Amino acid sequence: MNNVPMLEMQHIRKTFPGVVALDDVNLTLRKGEVHILLGENGAGKSTLVKILSGAYQKTEGKIILNGQEVEIRGPRHAQELGIGIIYQEFNLVFQLSAAENIFLGRERTNKLGLIDRKQIFESSQKILDNLGVKIDAFSLVKDLGVAQQQMVEVAKALSLDAKLLIMDEPTSALTDLEIKELFATIRRLKKRGVTIIYISHRLEELFEIGDRVSVLRDGKQVGTYPIADMTQTDLIRLMVDRDLKTQFPKQYAKRGEELLRVEGLSRKGVLDNINLQLHRGEVLGIAGLLGSGRTELARALFGVDKIDAGKIFIRGKRQKITSPRDAIMLGLGFLTEDRKSQGLIMTLSVKENVCLPSVERFSRWGIMDLKAEDQAAHQSVQELRIKTPGLSQKVVYLSGGNQQKVVMSKWLCRQADILIFDEPTRGIDVGAKVEIYKLMNRLTAEGTGIIMISSELPEILGMSDRIAVMHQGQLTAEFPAQGATQEKIMGYALGVSNGA
Amino acid sequence: MVPKDFLSHYGRQFGTLIGLLVLMLVLWILTPHFFTVPNLLNVAQQTSINAIIAVGMTFVIITAGIDLSVGSIVAFSGVVLASVLQAGLPVPLAIAVGLGVGLLSGLVNGLLITYGRLPPFISTLGMMSVARGAALLYSQGRPISGFSESFRLLATGETFHIPNPVIIMVLVYAAAHFVLTRTKLGRYTYAIGGNEEAASLSGVNVRLYKAMVYGLSGLLSGLGAIILTARLNSAQPIAGVMYELDAIAATVIGGTSLMGGEGRIVGTLIGAFIMGVLRNGLNLLGVSSFVQQTVIGSVIIMAVLIDMALKKQRT
Ligand SMILES: Nc1ncnc2c1ncn2[C@@H]1O[C@H](COP(=O)(O)OP(=O)(O)OP(=O)(O)O)[C@@H](O)[C@H]1O
Ligand SMILES: [Mg+2]
Repeated sequence: MNNVPMLEMQHIRKTFPGVVALDDVNLTLRKGEVHILLGENGAGKSTLVKILSGAYQKTEGKIILNGQEVEIRGPRHAQELGIGIIYQEFNLVFQLSAAENIFLGRERTNKLGLIDRKQIFESSQKILDNLGVKIDAFSLVKDLGVAQQQMVEVAKALSLDAKLLIMDEPTSALTDLEIKELFATIRRLKKRGVTIIYISHRLEELFEIGDRVSVLRDGKQVGTYPIADMTQTDLIRLMVDRDLKTQFPKQYAKRGEELLRVEGLSRKGVLDNINLQLHRGEVLGIAGLLGSGRTELARALFGVDKIDAGKIFIRGKRQKITSPRDAIMLGLGFLTEDRKSQGLIMTLSVKENVCLPSVERFSRWGIMDLKAEDQAAHQSVQELRIKTPGLSQKVVYLSGGNQQKVVMSKWLCRQADILIFDEPTRGIDVGAKVEIYKLMNRLTAEGTGIIMISSELPEILGMSDRIAVMHQGQLTAEFPAQGATQEKIMGYALGVSNGA
Repeated sequence: MVPKDFLSHYGRQFGTLIGLLVLMLVLWILTPHFFTVPNLLNVAQQTSINAIIAVGMTFVIITAGIDLSVGSIVAFSGVVLASVLQAGLPVPLAIAVGLGVGLLSGLVNGLLITYGRLPPFISTLGMMSVARGAALLYSQGRPISGFSESFRLLATGETFHIPNPVIIMVLVYAAAHFVLTRTKLGRYTYAIGGNEEAASLSGVNVRLYKAMVYGLSGLLSGLGAIILTARLNSAQPIAGVMYELDAIAATVIGGTSLMGGEGRIVGTLIGAFIMGVLRNGLNLLGVSSFVQQTVIGSVIIMAVLIDMALKKQRT
């Protein structure tokens, strides 16, 4: 590879009001490589790629594309330059079909100036099929699961025929199988000479897909290394500047009284006769493929979706939960998997988001005690080390991982003692993950019960006391985490093994 | 509050305020009469009704809604108020009736939007017509005029040399600012507008608070009707036409986003004053009302354009 680099970024600096997001960052991309960007939450990864995609304008620095200096004026311009991006947060129009999203803004028209729908749907279907995903181009994006939505994003970027494809945490919403499919696609693209910038917090996968890795820390560059020369430990040390002793610092708490019992819970077409229990001090891990009903179970428990049959007992007493409000009053908390649409209110500040479920706790006769609220928010921000210039910063300006921490802190601040975590560590860096696991230890030690839905099997195995596996709306197995293996879980999740 | 915080919270409103001051300066230069105490009080008094209605509108727009029915509710509350006054109901009770009619009309909007699941645009558009029709029916299309001095003092009287409508307006703004920044209702108003689903999942009783916000908008329209009726010494079934647009304009000029989730009540006050000052100044300058319409429309568009340009700088 002695020819000119495909892209060079030199001395890039980017500031926001009150924040230096990037400071003198250099990045060189070789044609056809998969270049990993690594760094803690808020290190500046997304900001760096947004400068390439035209979403942000750099404050200082140079960008050289194929030997020529360019000013990337905006998203359209970036597309014209052959730069495609899949953002960390989805950018899909939910009311439109997959195909319409894929060609949004680039609809080809026929002689009459009308949109050539047939062509759009046919090419979209072809791209989707090539990706190896079973998505009907006609289906509306809002009816698709998170993973499928992700695939639509990938298809959208591919349809651009990009020479540089940027993927900002593409796998955070995907299960292992889907990740495999995505990687197969990436390899195919590589063969075609497409250069890829790949951001992820899942260290294991980087070795499988990456060629070189650039590490950022606090907006500054640490260095660029061939991935083959690195180990996970090396990468972690470069990222967080310290060693992590263990990825899963599980501590077993005393199993206390029963907090939650579910008997025969059913919801037509989604959940079928679910029985489960949760005790004080334990983590119940729920595994399963996407669409197996894990999130639906959480939503039913939390009163978001109606249930058709079944009983729910909270602390031994039968309860009817018909709204999230009911659930919260009973001490439940629900960390949703989709932070942008369900977890956060982007127009509000960190403090207002953290305290939203607890507003009642801070008010008397409808008037809020802002001091107490400030204190509580401050405490949560410290506890989870949320990186923000202040409590009144709008959450929309936080990095993805820090936003996720805000969602989590909502329920800590509320002091809920029956916590349902749906993909709690999505988008969270390795160091912060360990902090969240430690936090879970502390919570269980204090008598909280946690239901943890996760697609990351190591996390399920490493942090649960008991594991339940769902398959097609049923709980197909339940067993202690100790002694369990990924193979065992997958067997039940795929419906190959039959237990329970 | 530290200055940096203040700017990040009120930066947008600060800009609007500068706009207002520049406007006043220009008018002062063009027509010296503009900057006299009687004229300024006159502007404040004329602005007060729109400003008060715009408070309700601001709440509604922060929830990402819209209320097109405020003008018709003004008319309907007005004629009902006038009729009970003439029937000899004591003034305080009559006022309560006027406010009550406004509140109830607003709550009907709220119920249609929450339980009826109608888009706010549709339900308040319907209410705009229904309330107007009700006002016409109730009054048989005729104005109801002539009230006791004690009632009219509400609009014509002064306290500490300040016209009563201005005092009422200031009190309403102080209360609204308090509600938006310090109370549960205020916090939920922002939360609902920012992301209704996330708000609901955080335990906010979305229906209840939305209904309350529309009720509040109706209530403040009722208050507007009281001041208007007292000032004119007459209630007209055709009063309040286009009030909704003035209120929306004041709100939007003041920096509240139609997308919901954002907005400050002081901004609305400044926005209402920009509209009021502009009208007054154009009148003083003898500009024809046709041209006035055009100028005011352009100002609204410009304010929003500038706002969007400033927001974009953030990237
Ligand atoms: N529009 C913005 N306004 C203000 N600050 C911002 C904005 N966008 C990003 N930041 C700040 O810049 C820093 C870098 O953010 P960035 O999103 O690039 O992090 P990241 O490395 O992608 O983190 P994560 O792994 O959590 O996604 C953070 O401190 C963030 O709060
Ligand atoms: Mg990011």
